[in-house]
Amino acid sequence: MKTRLFGTTTIAAALALAAPALAQTPIKIGFISTFSGSQAAIGEDMRRSVELAKEHLGGKMGGKPFEIIYEDDQFKPDVGKQKSEKLVQQDKVNFVAGYIWSNVLLASLKTVTDEGDTILISSNAGPSQIAGALCNKNFFSTSWQNDQTPMAMGQYLQEKGVKSLYLMAGNYAAGKDMLAGVKRTFKGKIVGEDLTKWPDQLDFSAELAKIRAAKPDGIFIFYPGAHGVQFLQQYVQAGLKGQVPLYQVFSIDAITLPQQKELALGTLGAQEWVNDLPSEQNKKYVADFKKKHGVYPSFYGAQSYDSIMLIASAAEALKGDLSNKDKVRAEMKKANFKSLRGGFKYNTNQFPIQNFYIQEAVKDPQGMMTLKTIATAVKDGKDPYYEKCPMK
Amino acid sequence: MEYLLLQMLNGVQLGLLMFLLAAGLTLTFGIMDLVNLAHGSLYMMGAYIAWTLIGWTDSFVLGALLALPATFLLGIVVEAIVMRRLYARDHLDQVLATFGLILFFNELVRVIWGPAGKSIAVPAFLNRTVEILPGVPYPAYRFAIIVVGALVAVLLAWLVARTRIGMLIRAGASNRRMIGALGVNIELLFTLVFGLGAVFAGLAGLMAAPITSVKIGMGDDILILAFVIIVIGGIGSIKGAFVAAMVVGQIDIVGRAFLPDLLKTFLSASAAASASPAISQVLIYVVMAGVLVWRPTGLFGQRS
Repeated sequence: MKTRLFGTTTIAAALALAAPALAQTPIKIGFISTFSGSQAAIGEDMRRSVELAKEHLGGKMGGKPFEIIYEDDQFKPDVGKQKSEKLVQQDKVNFVAGYIWSNVLLASLKTVTDEGDTILISSNAGPSQIAGALCNKNFFSTSWQNDQTPMAMGQYLQEKGVKSLYLMAGNYAAGKDMLAGVKRTFKGKIVGEDLTKWPDQLDFSAELAKIRAAKPDGIFIFYPGAHGVQFLQQYVQAGLKGQVPLYQVFSIDAITLPQQKELALGTLGAQEWVNDLPSEQNKKYVADFKKKHGVYPSFYGAQSYDSIMLIASAAEALKGDLSNKDKVRAEMKKANFKSLRGGFKYNTNQFPIQNFYIQEAVKDPQGMMTLKTIATAVKDGKDPYYEKCPMK
Repeated sequence: MEYLLLQMLNGVQLGLLMFLLAAGLTLTFGIMDLVNLAHGSLYMMGAYIAWTLIGWTDSFVLGALLALPATFLLGIVVEAIVMRRLYARDHLDQVLATFGLILFFNELVRVIWGPAGKSIAVPAFLNRTVEILPGVPYPAYRFAIIVVGALVAVLLAWLVARTRIGMLIRAGASNRRMIGALGVNIELLFTLVFGLGAVFAGLAGLMAAPITSVKIGMGDDILILAFVIIVIGGIGSIKGAFVAAMVVGQIDIVGRAFLPDLLKTFLSASAAASASPAISQVLIYVVMAGVLVWRPTGLFGQRS
């Protein structure tokens, strides 16, 4: 036994000497997110989930060790593009994942997928352009296309018989998609629509006064992260809570709830992943995350976790050999992994076909604010742009 | 009608906040002939210091009150270490040095408070609405900003126009060397003026914090607006800064509240919805350009 072990080690050592690069190089994954400034909490939640995925995988995929290189986009498209360039050209990563913001992703897309011929997995942003005409064989999403979540919300409100809505979002790529999305399914009256300066505008006094005058049946908002916290506070301060109900996408989540607290109670939103979804892998993820950090993970984190698991599924199938990119892409397209939301299939444009749920902000038995699934709004939803994508 | 009133109040509230920032800027620029790009950093420091002190004292009002002398001290230290060496230099040197200060303060905040933003909660007693007219509710915190801002504006007007220090400030503005020759300690005067500007900037920062959150570089965007205000109002004129801040506050609200409906009268609804945010963002600069064509030294600037 001892000699055999010795033998294998010698052979392994010889092999390692013969081809040091092949045997030693770990799989490298670049991860772009926002780690500084007012939106840093989102990046931190994503990083924690990526680290948890690494732990659950035992630090290996397809028998090879892997490392994650985190880069901070500072919430700015130009910085995001520079950092993407650095990951692809200098660090020569095998994959780039992450991207919270649609405008950052749009600025970085070509740098990674075309100039760098590197596979990009969006863990959050889903601009309509990439789902349609700009779709790319090197682009995969473990989140959604921007229109889809508000479409689910709009459909729910339509079915509930809400007559009129006032729409608000930040004036950038995602904000425009979100409002287009809700208008696809909500057929009632749109009494007002504001795209506010993004990301500078955090004071919504003028818009809230307009809402008061317009007297809609409901307000629909898209204000991720810090903006959602400010909006909700000002909405309550303006005395609108209890008068005009608020409906939201991406504005009340595990990141913002610790600051929004009771102000958020009872507010409805739409999402493709909720912490109480019943899959085994989700229970484990949420429990381990809570044990480690004392707070609930957010959908940003769940999607980031899925990004790493998607990469791992391809690496497992190819036994760690990622040299043939066609094979890697083919494996990834199978989405053969246990997504936290309970599994999904890829559409032709490599965005998931998946369910969307309606969630309510509630208190858990320990008194901590969280979100609870109350309805399934959309089953096996496809985004409205995939037919424009030339890929089949 | 009540809608119009609400929007006007919103404009006044924004204008007063901007005035606090612009007042310090116009004093240092007009009276000390110093271009201080780092004025926005003092705004940011005011908010961060207040965040810390509010955490320690567990009271918004107490924390905010303690933050004011702290920013005053900070202003004096900055003046003594950096600004004092810049008075005799030309504007380009001042721009370079104070730009360096912006980078320094942003990094300092990152080291002390970390990269993530902070939020200051609105104090409980102001977390409600007040009825400014029967049946017209207005957020109490914003109303408090209007009251404090107006009080400070009155105080400042009194200080500059009626007190001995104000007299010296005005004299120093028109002829520095002469009042130095008359035995006035001009260095001490400038230090005081700079400290005063820092307090106003810090006050603006900490009052804005519950609305816009506390973050690195929060003063950089708003500083541009403050410069627009002092240029419109006339450099060195407190009265000009006040009038211009009010004008800019109202223009901003008009752009956000009324422009979309105005555009809809001659554009399609979707074109109006996409054009109005863009137009409202440049409206202030269009007004500035217009004022400069009409009065090159600003509304209340001294004619040269």
